[in-house]
Amino acid sequence: MKLTLRVWRQQNAAAEGAMSTYEVDGISSDMSFLEMLDTLNEELILKGEDPVAFDHDCREGICGACSLVINGDAHGPERTTTCQLHMRSFKDGDTIDIEPWRAAAFPVVKDLVVDRSAFDRIIQAGGYVTAPTGAAPEAHATPVPKADADFAFEHAECIGCGACVAACPNGAAMLFTSAKINHLNVLPQGAPERESRVLDMVAQMDEEGFGGCTLTGECATACPKGIPLVSITSMNKEWLRATRKSGRR
Amino acid sequence: MARSVWGSTVGKKTVMAVSGLIMLLYLVAHMIGNLKIYFGAGEFNHYGHWLRTVGEPFMHYEWTLWLIRVVLVVAVVAHAVSAYQLSRRDIKARPSKYVHARPRASYATRTMRWGGIILGLFVVWHLLDLTTGTVHPGGFQEGHPYQNVVDTFSTWYGNVIYIVAMLALGLHIRHGFWSAAQTLGVGSRTRDRALKTIANVLAALLTVGFIAVPVGVMTGVVS
Repeated sequence: MKLTLRVWRQQNAAAEGAMSTYEVDGISSDMSFLEMLDTLNEELILKGEDPVAFDHDCREGICGACSLVINGDAHGPERTTTCQLHMRSFKDGDTIDIEPWRAAAFPVVKDLVVDRSAFDRIIQAGGYVTAPTGAAPEAHATPVPKADADFAFEHAECIGCGACVAACPNGAAMLFTSAKINHLNVLPQGAPERESRVLDMVAQMDEEGFGGCTLTGECATACPKGIPLVSITSMNKEWLRATRKSGRR
Repeated sequence: MARSVWGSTVGKKTVMAVSGLIMLLYLVAHMIGNLKIYFGAGEFNHYGHWLRTVGEPFMHYEWTLWLIRVVLVVAVVAHAVSAYQLSRRDIKARPSKYVHARPRASYATRTMRWGGIILGLFVVWHLLDLTTGTVHPGGFQEGHPYQNVVDTFSTWYGNVIYIVAMLALGLHIRHGFWSAAQTLGVGSRTRDRALKTIANVLAALLTVGFIAVPVGVMTGVVS
C-alpha cells in the first residue's frame, strides 16, 4: 500500500504546530497503524529527520497508552485502540490525517504525544479503595450480586486512554470519570468511600479544566472499550445522592 | 450544599435540568390554554381572566399569576446563567479544533446553544407583544387577549417570529428533556427508548400545539 500521511508536528508545548505531509510506500495491510508509523519513522531517521513522536506501550489494546485522532476519529475508524487498528481498514492511495488528542486539559508535549496526567490526578482524588492489601482474600468472603459484578466489570474495562475527551466537542472527561466511579461505587469494597469518591473525583475533573457534558454521545461512540453513555447518568445519580447526604452532615 | 452544587459542572447541569423541567411544565399548561382560542373570543377571554383570579378567595387578584411569573423568571435566569457559564467552560476546554473535522452529533444537540438564544429573544418579544403590548401591532387592548392574538398573527413578521421560535423550541425540548433525565440520574439502558420517545412526543405536541394558533389565524379559522 502507498499512503499519504498528514501528521501534526509540534516541536514542544510552547511551539506552534502544523500538519506535515509524508509519503509512505510498501505498507502491508496486515500492519497495525503503529507499525505503519514505525515504518515512517525508520525512513525519517535514515533521512536524518526528526521522527514523529507518538505514545504506545503494550500494543495489545489493554494499556491505554496509544492515542491519535485518525481522520477525525479518536483511535481511527474501527472500535478499538490505535494499536489494534490494522492497515486493512484503509485503501491503497488513501490520505490519512493524524492528529493528537485535542483538549485544554491534555496539552501537547510533542507531535502526537499529549500529557494525560490530569487523568492520574482524577484517580488520585478517589479512584481507589481502602482495602487491606496482602494476600488475595477468600473469594466468597464478600458476596457480590452477579448484576453488580457485571456492572463493575463493564466500567473496569476503561483503560484511561482519553479517547472520550478527544472526541467530546467540550473536551469533557465525564465518561472516563464515570467509568472509574461506577466501577468502585457499586462494589462492597468501594462502599466506605462511596460519597467522597464521586464528590472528590468530579471536583478534580472540574479543577483540571475539562468541559461539561452536553450528552452528544461522541465519547461513548469513540470509546475503544465500549463504556456506555448511560455510565454518565449513573455518575450523575451518585453525585446527586452524595451531595444530598453530605448536605445533611 | 448550594455552593457545592453551583460550583460543579454536574451541579450546574442539575440546575439546568430542574429549571428546564419547570419551564416545560409551564409550556404544557400554556399550550393547552392557548388552544381555547379555537372555541371563540368568549371562552378564550374568560380563560385569560380566570388566570388572574386563580386561587381566590385565598389568593388576591393576580397573586397566583405573579407567583407563577416569579418562578418562571427565576427558572429562566438560572437556566440561562448556567448555560452561559457551562458553554464558556466547554469552549475553553477545547481551544483548538481538529484539522480533519467531521459533522458530529444530532441536529438537536448542535442547535441547543443557538436555539436557546433564539428562545430567549423570542420570550422578550412575546412579552412585549402580548403582555405589555409595547410592540403590539395595532391597538393593544388590556383584557381582550383574543383580539390581541389575532392582531399579532395578522402580520407576516408575527407569524415568522413565532413559528421559527416554536420550531427551535421543539428541537430544544427534544434534546433537553432526554438530557435532563440523564442529568438527574433517572435514565437507564432499559428506560432509554421510553425517555427518547417521551421527549420526541413532547417536542412534537408542543410545537404543533403552539403553531396551531398562528395557523388558525392565517387560515381564517380564528378571526
